[in-house]
Amino acid sequence: MKSLEELKRIKEQTLREMDLRQAKERGKVVVAMGTCGIAAGAKDALMAIIDELEKADIHDVKVVQSGCMGLCDKEPTVEVAMKGQPAVIYGDVNDTNARRIVREHVQGGNVVADLVIKRENI
Amino acid sequence: MIRNQLLVCAGGACITSGEKSVKDVLVDELKKNGIEDEVQVIETGCMGACDLGPIVVVYPEGTFYQKVTVKNAGLIVNEHLVKGRTVGELLYTEPTSEMKAQTSGDIPFYTRQVKRVLRNCGVIDPLSIEEYIARDGYFALGKALEMTPDDVIRVLTDSGLRGRGGAGFPTGLKWKATREAKGSPKYVVCNGDEGDPGAFMDRSVLEGDPHSIIEAMAIAGYAIGAEKGYMYVRAEYPLAIERFEYAIGKAREYGFLGRGILGTGFNFDIEIRIGAGAFVCGEETALLRSIEGKRGTPSIKPPFPAQAGLWAKPTLINNVETYANIPQIITNGAEWFRSVGSAKSPGTKVFALAGNVQNTGLVEVPMGTTLRELVFDIGGGIPGGKKFKAAQTGGPSGGVITADYLDMPIDFDTLKEIGTIMGSGGLIVLDESTCMVDIAKFYLGFTVDESCGKCTPCREGTLQMYHMMERICDGKGRDGDIEKLSKLANVIKDTSLCGLGQSAPNPVLSTIRFYEDEYRAHIYEKKCPSHVCKHLLTYSIMPEKCVGCTACARQCPVDAITGEVKKTHVIDQSKCIKCGSCYEICRFSAIRKE
Amino acid sequence: MRMNLEDRLKENPELKKQFDALDTYIGKLASPEGSLINVLHRAQAIFGYLPDEVLEFVSSRLNVPRSTVYGVVTFYHFFSRVPKGRHTVSVCLGTACYVRGGNAVYEKVMKILGVKAGETTQDGRFSLDLVRCVGACGLAPVVVIDKDTYGRSTPEKVATLLNKYA
Repeated sequence: MKSLEELKRIKEQTLREMDLRQAKERGKVVVAMGTCGIAAGAKDALMAIIDELEKADIHDVKVVQSGCMGLCDKEPTVEVAMKGQPAVIYGDVNDTNARRIVREHVQGGNVVADLVIKRENI
Repeated sequence: MIRNQLLVCAGGACITSGEKSVKDVLVDELKKNGIEDEVQVIETGCMGACDLGPIVVVYPEGTFYQKVTVKNAGLIVNEHLVKGRTVGELLYTEPTSEMKAQTSGDIPFYTRQVKRVLRNCGVIDPLSIEEYIARDGYFALGKALEMTPDDVIRVLTDSGLRGRGGAGFPTGLKWKATREAKGSPKYVVCNGDEGDPGAFMDRSVLEGDPHSIIEAMAIAGYAIGAEKGYMYVRAEYPLAIERFEYAIGKAREYGFLGRGILGTGFNFDIEIRIGAGAFVCGEETALLRSIEGKRGTPSIKPPFPAQAGLWAKPTLINNVETYANIPQIITNGAEWFRSVGSAKSPGTKVFALAGNVQNTGLVEVPMGTTLRELVFDIGGGIPGGKKFKAAQTGGPSGGVITADYLDMPIDFDTLKEIGTIMGSGGLIVLDESTCMVDIAKFYLGFTVDESCGKCTPCREGTLQMYHMMERICDGKGRDGDIEKLSKLANVIKDTSLCGLGQSAPNPVLSTIRFYEDEYRAHIYEKKCPSHVCKHLLTYSIMPEKCVGCTACARQCPVDAITGEVKKTHVIDQSKCIKCGSCYEICRFSAIRKE
Repeated sequence: MRMNLEDRLKENPELKKQFDALDTYIGKLASPEGSLINVLHRAQAIFGYLPDEVLEFVSSRLNVPRSTVYGVVTFYHFFSRVPKGRHTVSVCLGTACYVRGGNAVYEKVMKILGVKAGETTQDGRFSLDLVRCVGACGLAPVVVIDKDTYGRSTPEKVATLLNKYA
C-alpha cells in the first residue's frame, strides 16, 4: 500500500461486496419466493435481477425475498417499488423478463407494460 | 453470486449462548439446500444486545433474528432463505406494544443509540481488513500523514475529546505534552486492561473492530513522534488477543504498519503485551511496569508517563475507547465530534448495561443522556415488576446514582458532583431487593483482593474497612462505626499513591452518603431492610398460614423446626442458622422472612 | 537429592520436548526486553503450571534474576505454582453476576467439589477459581469450565454441568 489511490480502490471494490448490508434508499424489488414461486423459477428471476443490478452499477435499490403473493398462476412474480412511485407487480418473470424489468423500470424509470399484472392505486 | 449475507454475532455473550454451534447449523443447512454459494455467513463483533443472543441478521432485508438456537437455526435457512418467509418466532417482540420487530431499526434498544465507537461492531467482519477499508478505514491515517503532527493534535484538542478510561483527562493535552517532552525514543501504549467488573466495551471493540485501534495508534505515533506501540490486553480476553494479533499481521501486509507507511517516511509498528490478572495494572504507571515485564506496582506522579513512561521514555497512554474515537475525529473534524454530547464532555460514551435490567448489553449514547433514558427507554426497565433503586458506575472506584438523579444528564462532571465517577462505563442497575451495605462490602472485597500491597493505607486500610463492613452485615455493628468508616475512608483516599487506593473507599462513602439509613438499620436495629444480609434475617412461621405439612421440619438441616402433623410448626430461633431452606420449600407462603 | 535438570531431561523425553518448545519460543522473540510475562504465559501453557525448574530456566534464558522472575509470578493471579486439575471451574463474581445470584452458585460449587477458590480436588479432576468479570454480563451469573462459558447459571444447573466433565 503506497498511496491513497490504492486505498480508495480497495474501498470501492469491497463496498461492492458489502453492498447487501448497506441501507438502500431509492427503492426495492421484491421477489416472491413461496414454494410455488420457486417451482416456477423465482430463483432464476432473483439471480437475474441481482446480476442485472450489478451490471448496471445500481447499489441503492434493495432486493428482498418474500413469501407467496397469492398469484400462483402468474408466478414467478416480482414487485418493483421505487420511492415516490406506485408499486408495480409483474408476472411470469423469467430470466429475460427479469433483466428487462431492471433495465427498463429500475434503471430507465418506465413501467414494463406488457408484464404488469397489478398496479398500486394512488 | 451472493444473494444474501447472514451476519452472526460472535461477541462474548453470543458465543456463551452457543453462537458457534448455531453458525455450524446454518452452514450445514445451506449446504443441504445447495445454496452455500449464494448465501454467505459472516461472523461479526458484538452487536450489543447481549440479552438477545445468539443473534443472526439476514441481509439485504436486515431481518433481525434473536435467541437463535441449534434447534431453530435451520428455520432461517429453510423458511427465510429458501421459501422467503420470515421466521416469526425468532423475531424480537417489543414487550409493551407486543409488536414484532423486523429489523434492528424497529427495536428501541438500537434506535436510541448513536454509534460512533461501535459503528463497525456487528456490521463488518473483524477479520477482513478490506471491509474496514470499505468503511473508510485507514483514510484517517492517510489524511493525518498529509497534515503536520501539530495540526493533528490541534484537531484533537479542538474536538474536546476526553479520556474514556475513567478520569476524563483532555486527550489533546496528553498528546501535546508527550510530543513536547524531551527524550527518545517515544512510545504509544493502548490500555486494554479492562478490569472494572461489568465493563466490556473495550473487549467488544478489540474483537469487533481491531483495525480502528491500530489506525488510531499509528496516528498517535505520527503525532507524538513514536515508532513503536504496545497494545496491553488482559489475559482474560483470549479472543480479543487473537483477533488483534491477526489484525496487526494484516495491517503489516497492507503496509499500514512497518516502514514507509503510505509512501511517506513514517515508520510504526505495534507489539501485543498480555496482562496476567492484576486489576491494578489498569492504573497507567502500573501498566507500564507490566509491559516492561515487571510486577505491576504503580509509581508516584509526577513524572507523568508523558515525561517518563515506558523505560523512562516519554509515553502516550490512552484506553481502547479513546483511540476508537480518533480516526473518525481526523476524518470528520472537531466540529462533527462536538455535534453530540454535552459542552464539557462532547461525543458519545459506551455503557455496559448489566444487573437488574431487562435489556443488558452494550449501548452507545451521547454524553449527557439521562439515567432514565438508559435504564428505562433503552434498557427496558427493571424485570420482575420490581422498583429501580440505584445504578452503580465506575466499578470498585465509583459509587451510586440514586433514583433522585434519574433525570440528571450523565457526563464526567455531573457524576463527579454526586460522588461517583464515569469510570470505563460499567453501569450496573440495582433493584429494590439490593442491600446497599452488602454491595459496598462486595466492592471493597474486590479492592482488598486487588490492592498491590505497596502502600499501607490501601493494603491495610481497605482490609480494616472490610472487617468493619463484615461486622455490620453480620449484625455486630457498633455505635460509631459509620463515623469510623468515613474517617478511615478519607485517610485512605488522601494517602494512597495511585488511583486504586485513592478511589477504593468510594463505594462505601457513596452508599453512606445516600443510604445512611440502611447502615443505621444494620447497626442499631440489627436489620437488613432489603433482606439480603443473612445474619440479620429472622425466619418465623405464620400460624394462620401453616397447615402442618411438616415439609419445612424435614428440610431444616439443624432440626430447628418442631410441630406435629397438621398443627402449626415453630422455628427455634436459638437453633436457626438462617439458611432459608424452609422459606424455599414451603408451598403455603407461611414462612416470614424479615 | 534432586537430580540436575540436564540429567532429568535425558531420562524424560516428554519433559525435554516441553523445555525445547519453550526454548524455541524464547529464541524467536523479536525483542526479549520486557518479554518476561509473555514468556511465562507460554511456559504455563506448555507445562500447565510454573514449577521451580521452569522459573530457573526462564531466568537463565532471559538473563533476568531469579528473584525478579519469582516476584512477577507471585504478583499476577494468572500464574500458578501448583499443578491444576484436569478441568478448571471459574465462577464469576463480577458485579453483574453478584447481583444476579453468583454467590449462591459459587457456594454450591464449593459444596459439591469440597474445595475453595484456588484449590484442586483430591482426585485432580477440578480446580476451582473465582474470577472478576469475564465480560458476559448480559448472561449473569456466569460459570466458565475450561474454555466453555455457561450463562444464566443456577445452583441446580451447575450441579448437572459438572457431571459432564470427567
